[in-house]
Amino acid sequence: MSSAIAIETRRALKEYGTGSHAVRALDGVCVRIDKGEFFTLLGPSGCGKTTLLRLIAGFETPTSGQILLHGKNITTVPPNLRPVNTVFQSYALFPHLTVADNIAFSLRMLGRSRSDVLQTVERMLSLVRLESFASRKPQQLSGGQQQRVALARALAPEPKVLLLDEPLSALDLKLRKEMQRELKRLQTETGITFIFVTHDQEEALTMSDRIAVMRSGKILQVGAPREIYNHPVDRFVADFIGETNFLSGRVEGDKIRLSSGELVAAETEGHSGSVTLAVRPEQVGICPAGTSDSLTAEIVDTVYFGTDTHCHLSLADETELVARLQSPPSGNIGLSRGEKVGIKFNPGAVQVLNE
Amino acid sequence: MSSAAEIAAERKERRRSWLLSAPALFVLLFAASGPLLIILVYSFLPPGKYGNVEWGFSLDAWVGILYSRDIFDGTYKLADAHLTIFWRSLKLSLYTTLFTFLVGFPTAWFIATRSAQMRAVLLFLITIPFWTNLLVRTFAINQLIRNEGVVNTFLIWTGVIDTPIQIVYTDFAVFLGMTYVYLPLMVLPLYATIDRFDMRLLEAGCDLYASRWQVLRHVIVPVVKPGIIAGSILVFIPSLGAYVTPRILGGGRNMMIGNFIDLQFGAGRNWPLGAALSVTLLLAVAVALFVYVRYATRDDNRV
Repeated sequence: MSSAIAIETRRALKEYGTGSHAVRALDGVCVRIDKGEFFTLLGPSGCGKTTLLRLIAGFETPTSGQILLHGKNITTVPPNLRPVNTVFQSYALFPHLTVADNIAFSLRMLGRSRSDVLQTVERMLSLVRLESFASRKPQQLSGGQQQRVALARALAPEPKVLLLDEPLSALDLKLRKEMQRELKRLQTETGITFIFVTHDQEEALTMSDRIAVMRSGKILQVGAPREIYNHPVDRFVADFIGETNFLSGRVEGDKIRLSSGELVAAETEGHSGSVTLAVRPEQVGICPAGTSDSLTAEIVDTVYFGTDTHCHLSLADETELVARLQSPPSGNIGLSRGEKVGIKFNPGAVQVLNE
Repeated sequence: MSSAAEIAAERKERRRSWLLSAPALFVLLFAASGPLLIILVYSFLPPGKYGNVEWGFSLDAWVGILYSRDIFDGTYKLADAHLTIFWRSLKLSLYTTLFTFLVGFPTAWFIATRSAQMRAVLLFLITIPFWTNLLVRTFAINQLIRNEGVVNTFLIWTGVIDTPIQIVYTDFAVFLGMTYVYLPLMVLPLYATIDRFDMRLLEAGCDLYASRWQVLRHVIVPVVKPGIIAGSILVFIPSLGAYVTPRILGGGRNMMIGNFIDLQFGAGRNWPLGAALSVTLLLAVAVALFVYVRYATRDDNRV
């Protein structure tokens, strides 16, 4: 079984500073990343995702714990002896070398033959579609092109694992979308394990095979994008991944009584007492006031977003929530401020989280 | 449109820029080019009996750079003494440049990687030697290394040696003095380029399988090369023409070109030879500079 695992961390702990000033950046992280997987570390800044990446790259050694690559302990192996390469957030391209020489750098350090170097460089250039830029210097390229050079440079020595440290954060939105697809294509084509660090939840959802959500040096949840989005383990994950309405209530048998006094059907097994309900805005439906099994709400505001219209609602006890409705062809959903409506949650869309 | 007014404005602008640069041009013309021209003319004149020059045309000075005429039979043979001086000057200048680099690079790196506050203090310390006259500093070194100086006295007192080590009045003493004097000129330009060096490139190099030495050789040195070139030039050129240091620490025997030129205008009473030597030195430096810069800035693309 262990042969399917590319990277494993065992209680990886990293502290900066000593004594009472020590800051724990990583708090005993255990994670297994499969071979050929597109694995994303997702979390707000300061959550330890970059620290974990740097431990895997070898730029830092853990205060305690182990890091295994293909089943071998590499905890103290220096970065130049690890078959792991990094795409840096700042790209860190060598300014004195041409694009081709940047890509050839690792191959030369590894002592590959001249013809091998030439061949690989050519293959990498065509992989990232920069054939005509081989003799340019990095300063002469656009941000997106530099990004592709950084990718080609890191992929050239065919690492066992490719680490990507927020590589798309410096690009504008349109280019970022393009590079997301490009990255996914490269990963599929090369079959190399990608470990991708980002704080952008949308990026994580669209690209990853699995996502690890991190906070304060710990991994809160690991799972496929759909699983993380639809079944977040706690309030933080639910809030961090996409927009969510939170409603507080108490378990009453197989239903939950909201603070507004109304009852909502939910999967209550394993929960008791005070709980938080999480409902995605797109899972909230609006029906005429008084419809059976609906909650009573009042329209506070409607905001037009083009494809969607966000409908801000207020329950009887003034709990606010948002419904995301698809905009009709006319563009006007026909609801006005102050109107009384009924709201329903799609079946299975209500997540119960312990307080 | 309104081209006449524009031309007038442009002409006025041009006149003003000439006016502004006039003082600098004046100084350059009379203080630099003028004397140089006089030196060039002197090198083609015969020497006067008691120094100075006489009017006439003679190539003796130029021949005299490499050859000396036998007083008795008038035959020319290679002037070994001159060649020794040229060789010593070149050798000591190269050593000085190399050694100031070897010492200056780690120093500059150390300074550039400190906190902003610490950097300011360290840079200030580097510039302190410029506060004192070169002559005074060179005598201070003499005081340290002469036979009755601090170093020898201490070594004898502790019993490490019985008789003083002869340091002063050797080539080594000259080398030591020049290294000390020119070190800041190497450190400052190196610091300026290392300060702009993106330290993340070190991690990138390491990540791409380069060992520490390979990172130094293939990443750091090529990127900070402009600083290395500037520092080498700033050290090598004044070293080659050094005068005070070899005079005080080298004594009369370990002359460098600077002292040799001085000798021709003084006790040697051969102004044309001194002038010819000066022009030769100038040309040698210019050629060396040209070759070095061409070689050092050449792009080493290797694919």
